[in-house]
Amino acid sequence: MTAKTADRSAREAGLQNFAADQVVTGDSHRGAANERDPRSGAPPSNPPSSNHWPRNPGMALDLGWVMDTRVNLSATEKRVATLPGRRTVKKDAQAAWLLKALTCIDLTTLNGDDTAERVRRLCAKAMHPLRPDLIEALGMGGRRITTGAICVYHRFVATAVEALDGSGIPVAAVSTGFPAGLTPHPLKVKEIEASVADGAEEIDIVITREHVLTGNWQALYDEMRDYRAACGDAHVKAILATGDLKTLRNVARASLVCMMAGADFIKTSTGKEGVNATLAVTLTMLRAIRAYEERTGFKVGYKPAGGISTAKDVLNYQFLMKEELGREWLEPDLFRIGASSLLADIERQLEHHVTGAYSSFHRHAIG
Amino acid sequence: MSVANYFDTMNYGPAPESDNEARDWLAGHDGSFGHFINGAFAPSADGATFETFEPATGARLATLARGGGQDVDAAVAAARKSQGPWAKLSGHERARHLYALARALQRNGRLLAVIEAIDNGKPIRETRDLDVQLAARHFYHHAGWAQLQESEFADHAPVGVVGQIIPWNFPFLMLAWKVAPALALGNTVVLKPAEFTSLTALLFAEIATAAGLPAGVLNIVTGEGETGGLIVDHPDVDKIAFTGSTEVGRLIREKTAGSGKSLTLELGGKSPFIVFDDADIDGAVEGVVDAIWFNQGQVCCAGSRLLVQEGVAHLFHERLKRRMETLRIGSPLDKCIDMGAIVAPVQLQRIEALVKKGVEEGAVLHQAKLEMPKGGSFYPPTLLSGVQPTSTVAVEEIFGPVAVSMTFRTPEEAVQLANHTRYGLAASIWSETIGLALDVAARLEAGVVWVNATNLFDAAAGFGGKKESGFGREGGREGCYEYLKPKAWQGLKERKTAKLPELKSVANDFAAPPVDRTAKNFIGGKQARPDGNYSRAVVSAKGKLLGEVGEGNRKDIRNAVAAARKAAGWGKATAHNRAQILYYIGENLSARAGEFADRIAAMTGVSNANARREVEVSISRLFTYGAWADKYDGQVHNPPLRGVALAMPEPQGVVGIVCPPEAPLLGLVSLLAPLIAVGNRVVAIPSEPHPLSATDLYSVLETSDVPPGVINIVTGSAMELGQVLAAHNDVDAVWAFGDAELSAEVEKLSTGNLKRTFVDYGKAIDWYDTTAAEGTLFLRRATDVKNIWIPYGE
Repeated sequence: MTAKTADRSAREAGLQNFAADQVVTGDSHRGAANERDPRSGAPPSNPPSSNHWPRNPGMALDLGWVMDTRVNLSATEKRVATLPGRRTVKKDAQAAWLLKALTCIDLTTLNGDDTAERVRRLCAKAMHPLRPDLIEALGMGGRRITTGAICVYHRFVATAVEALDGSGIPVAAVSTGFPAGLTPHPLKVKEIEASVADGAEEIDIVITREHVLTGNWQALYDEMRDYRAACGDAHVKAILATGDLKTLRNVARASLVCMMAGADFIKTSTGKEGVNATLAVTLTMLRAIRAYEERTGFKVGYKPAGGISTAKDVLNYQFLMKEELGREWLEPDLFRIGASSLLADIERQLEHHVTGAYSSFHRHAIG
Repeated sequence: MSVANYFDTMNYGPAPESDNEARDWLAGHDGSFGHFINGAFAPSADGATFETFEPATGARLATLARGGGQDVDAAVAAARKSQGPWAKLSGHERARHLYALARALQRNGRLLAVIEAIDNGKPIRETRDLDVQLAARHFYHHAGWAQLQESEFADHAPVGVVGQIIPWNFPFLMLAWKVAPALALGNTVVLKPAEFTSLTALLFAEIATAAGLPAGVLNIVTGEGETGGLIVDHPDVDKIAFTGSTEVGRLIREKTAGSGKSLTLELGGKSPFIVFDDADIDGAVEGVVDAIWFNQGQVCCAGSRLLVQEGVAHLFHERLKRRMETLRIGSPLDKCIDMGAIVAPVQLQRIEALVKKGVEEGAVLHQAKLEMPKGGSFYPPTLLSGVQPTSTVAVEEIFGPVAVSMTFRTPEEAVQLANHTRYGLAASIWSETIGLALDVAARLEAGVVWVNATNLFDAAAGFGGKKESGFGREGGREGCYEYLKPKAWQGLKERKTAKLPELKSVANDFAAPPVDRTAKNFIGGKQARPDGNYSRAVVSAKGKLLGEVGEGNRKDIRNAVAAARKAAGWGKATAHNRAQILYYIGENLSARAGEFADRIAAMTGVSNANARREVEVSISRLFTYGAWADKYDGQVHNPPLRGVALAMPEPQGVVGIVCPPEAPLLGLVSLLAPLIAVGNRVVAIPSEPHPLSATDLYSVLETSDVPPGVINIVTGSAMELGQVLAAHNDVDAVWAFGDAELSAEVEKLSTGNLKRTFVDYGKAIDWYDTTAAEGTLFLRRATDVKNIWIPYGE
């Protein structure tokens, strides 16, 4: 059976690996007209529901493919440098795109001084990310607008699950010795299991950068396999820590290996590296995702994290997603943004769109 | 559409750039423009006009003056009058003018960008981010050359009044490429913009005036082909710089033949885009977008011939087709598009016809199903795959958003396919292996090569072609020389045509004659009997028969060119090796100096001392070029990127030499030595009246390890053989020294393959004057600069 037919049969057989109540955000598509986006050539613009796509089961490590992967830095930079001149959205379209970005945010707090109350405050913001009057003014009243998830350390998973109860917003836990990922392997696996037990529906693992830097792809594949297995039904996002990997060739190869080992998402950064998400790294990872789908038929999600703090920034990421992967990858089941301050800027921009006057941070609820 | 609708569809929506200021500017001129002559706008003397249209809508944009003879006369007169004072300004003063122009362009950047987009149909993204930026950069860069002119080009003077004719595909950028170096180096300009796209040139005239550019320094005459022809023909124009089609370039070469006008031609191309199996395939696919869907493919250096290694061809084409689906075509002023409109309906029809022909000839057509704008001249991005080299579309420049693709098996075959074209403008190579990429870059016959990139331009790096893509460079130090002439060649005197001595008949006696030496031709390292088996007598100054040489004919030239073509290894020999052979020729000549001097004296009638001097200077000249062989290096340019552009002087290939009648040994050596020093192979016609110094040289060459075919010598009529060389389509350049008629013939006949010509218009160079007769002046003419762009980074 080819990968493509596998994909189709999986869908037909309803082999859906995660429950319908997971990752239910930005459910706008339910009411959408079933029209095609004539320009993207994408399948139905009616976006996929969050449990529509079969989960990436992974595949055997294909070292030949990994080593064949080549990325030219200058060509990559040229593409991302010219993209903002080729794509832009204005007025209503811009408001809609920003609102969509909002639904893809993994609202995050990962600080040493986090407390339960701090996490509860963040959860409240995740459930009510935008002033109701603005939602109304945007003509989006009646739509449930929430962030994509809440992202916390294991210690606060239970707190967050409780705070978000009934909202449908999943809790993501960073894990495996985040951010350096250098705790003993058995402890990492236990950490995942503990978070899943506490109700985390998504696990953001960090890879052992040493495996990439020394070219030990088998070790990377093996640890990722273990993490995926430990997650069970919870979705696993593989954080590559691209700022540590340095080269795009490393990024591309690590992306492929993690997908082969069953990652549901690949994610750029912990937010703690010197350099976090960039458009060049994003393009490289998206092309890896595309190549993986080309060969296996499975769609893997993408999560840039760290450094995306303005509405203007996030639009460029969205353009890249749409251009390189297609319309489906603009929805939260295939696109998440790890960010803490982005939301506030989107709120200001949306208020400006509604009122025509520039806004201020304190006019929107703190998260 | 509402927010909710966009939220569901995630479509882009319109993002128009405002054109209010541009429309106001047009309205401010009542939609009607005159020529810009001597600092003021004026209608045509005969009142003639023509109209210009907006490609995206077909609507009339403006009425323009149609330049006639009186207008061109007035413009040239104004340029002539101002040229002296303009050149007399110090380099620094001209630098301040150029700097002011650069600043003014930036201040008016948005207006220029919007008008360009409206007038040409290209996307505002390109006009704003590329055309106008690069144009301003060109003025800044050349402000620098003005500043440095006195120190860097001390032995050169401005050419004078320059006629410049530019195309419609990059109207404003081409203006900058032409005007900035011309003005910087002390020339004045009469420029004719393309009839489809004159508006930014006229706006530039206003901007330049406001920036303080003196009247007459820049003149703009609008009009169509006939107006351009008037500039080309004008007797008081010193140089023509043209960018446009190869067809018109040929015409200009023919019309200016023998006029003494210097010429720069930037012509067409069918540039290869080579993808090796170790390339970053996605990067290369994106490269195709920049190569052929940039400016709607209306780019002379567009990577229009995709050559893909067979093993990755399927993957590459699949990804390319996918990429095509996400391109967007729309109004040029939409900020969310990749492609705008084709410049005019006539160009659109040409593209449609060629694509139809390509399909008829077996190509597989792929066009993405994109939403096309209504009205106006639009054409979708198009891929013709499975194209055979015999197909029209594989050979002809389409000048539209149409890529043709074929496959190759090995690097050898890639190079062979890439070079198998009349053109030689640009090339793009995609490979992650440095050895492979640079090896192929060196072997491609192209003026510009981009490694893992495409369509990179900068004022600091020369741009221009080889073969039928034209000659001359624009940008960089190499581009400056196009607007300069050597001071050493100014004021050369007409060559005195010496009366040939007549053979006096003498009675023979019974003394034993010397052993007969009948000189043959020297072809492919062998002495070859002339094809026609006729001889011509060589008569001494005193009328005595000195010997006979072969009467070479066209077949001898054909054989000599074939031998030279075969000796391609010479260009790849190490410079050290070439130097050694030049020294060795000098050494062997020195050993026979007395004999060569006697021969010169006997043929030409000069004193023994002078003949001896000619031999000694010839030996010195061989040493000079032996010295230069491993020192005439290129440059590493610093364009604004992480990487380098290597400006490498490369031999032109097979070069024909018609030697001057005078100085039979020194004339030959002065032309031959610089050419072979840098790797050319030559076919030389020795001094017609005094050919024996050349034929005596055969045995010197044979003992000096000159590889067969590197130097070929055919004796006979300078004019007849020169004509055959000039018309030979496998000869890359011809150097012809002799009478003015020879120069004119050679230039006129060079159009078949647009070979480079170097002629003296009957004005004799003093071969003993080292400043005029040897060194870089000749080496520069013996080479073309290839710029290899190598961005780097991991």
